[in-house]
Amino acid sequence: MTTTATQETTKTKGKLALYWAASCGGCEIAVLAINEKILDVAAAFDIVFWPVAVDAKVRDVEKMPDKSIDVCLFNGGIRTSEQEYMAQLLRKKSKVLVAFGSCAHEGCIPGLANLSSREEVFEAAYAQGDSTENPDGVRPQHETPMPEGPLYLPVFYDTLKTLDQTVPVDYYLPGCPPEAENIWAAITAILEGKLPPAGSVIGPNTTVCDECPRKRTEKKIKKFLRTYQVKPDEKTCLLELGLVCCGIATRAGCGALCPKVNSPCIGCHGPNDGVHDYGARLMSALASVIDSQDPEEIDQIIREGIPDPVGTFYRFSLAGSQLRRRKKQVAGNGVKRG
Amino acid sequence: MSDKNAFEPKIIGFMCNWCSYRAADLAGTARLKYPPNIRIIRVMCSGRIDPTFVLNAFARGADAVMVAGCHPGECHYVDQNYKAMRRYAMLKHTLTQMGLEPERFRLVWASAAEGQQLAEAITQLVEAVRPLGPLHWSGNWEENGHRHEALESILKEHEAAMEVTE
Repeated sequence: MTTTATQETTKTKGKLALYWAASCGGCEIAVLAINEKILDVAAAFDIVFWPVAVDAKVRDVEKMPDKSIDVCLFNGGIRTSEQEYMAQLLRKKSKVLVAFGSCAHEGCIPGLANLSSREEVFEAAYAQGDSTENPDGVRPQHETPMPEGPLYLPVFYDTLKTLDQTVPVDYYLPGCPPEAENIWAAITAILEGKLPPAGSVIGPNTTVCDECPRKRTEKKIKKFLRTYQVKPDEKTCLLELGLVCCGIATRAGCGALCPKVNSPCIGCHGPNDGVHDYGARLMSALASVIDSQDPEEIDQIIREGIPDPVGTFYRFSLAGSQLRRRKKQVAGNGVKRG
Repeated sequence: MSDKNAFEPKIIGFMCNWCSYRAADLAGTARLKYPPNIRIIRVMCSGRIDPTFVLNAFARGADAVMVAGCHPGECHYVDQNYKAMRRYAMLKHTLTQMGLEPERFRLVWASAAEGQQLAEAITQLVEAVRPLGPLHWSGNWEENGHRHEALESILKEHEAAMEVTE
């Protein structure tokens, strides 16, 4: 960008940033699933920051004027101080901040670690792993003194936070990862300035069941089954077969991808508008279909059929749920601080 | 309540309009004593109690939650209290995995004539929760590491490490 001509073309183009916090990287790949349309994106936007694909440094972003990035697609939850810093930085520099994908939206699989404490996570990663050899019990330290001066690692948080628990978010793009057509629809909406009201989840406001081709009748369940215990036919509703299919509580927009291939919906799109707690909605719906009026039998159906309730009801949304995490032994146990 | 420093649990009670709320009313008019720790929220039916309400109560500072409805088979809306029964079981199962003590969440059936029984159930709940201490769920979200220092130092680290000076 040395000549004036280049500078002028840059001015007419929008500026786009993409960032990756606590997530698996699937969202980064999902962006490329829009295939050749990525060229349209490149034609409309200058990609000013995208660590996974473009060589730009954080320091460059720090020097940008505030609100100079038009759109930032941020995927991943917030697990470390470095990720929180980047969320704050990109919020400050971006006009529109999009929580891209389930991790940024609701915490997703990394958020399930909220069932453990930081120490338990470290114990699993740095002591218990089959391939781990750590006789001195070394753990990551925030500060390590070295002769040349101290070295710093980010602080690893006890609790994974969603993006909107960290900074204000303008839009949410649900999915693990978001489907290509939905990404394209969101980008088109941004390009054409046809965005929904701020704070919206970009996607249809109906459930996966509405997109599912399976036949629904009245549901009465005596036993919840695991996927290996049933061989579903192509027509019957999976929930009626006894599988915990989350489609009943999950936002549509995926075209019922999983139920179409005999696999129950696991709820990656999260809840519809107006639902404050995805898991609560799912529990409520599943409780309604249990066919029993005997407390002991009900208990047995639930205990045997759903051995991991949090992992089932909050697989993608524990961090974004009302309780956010498992109860801790120390801080939350009646110790009022501050 | 002689000891001023004794922990007084805050309890949210969701009670159905037709039985349990009337039982609480009856306990009042009959001048039966029950501890003032419970804040009663009247709903039309125990089947109306969405698990969200219960989770919201815990997340926002309740030390315990009581759900109360008509006896099974006596629901004003035919069978909705069975729905409450199943939701309670489902929610209890989940809350146990979330680390919540089982004493903090309770389902009670009380007909409109059972003021005495309801008052006893409330007293029992308060006594069961008192030794557990405050729940203070939002305290679980607090970070106890060096979060603020770490956040503040990052920009300075970047300045020191990434600035090229000639």
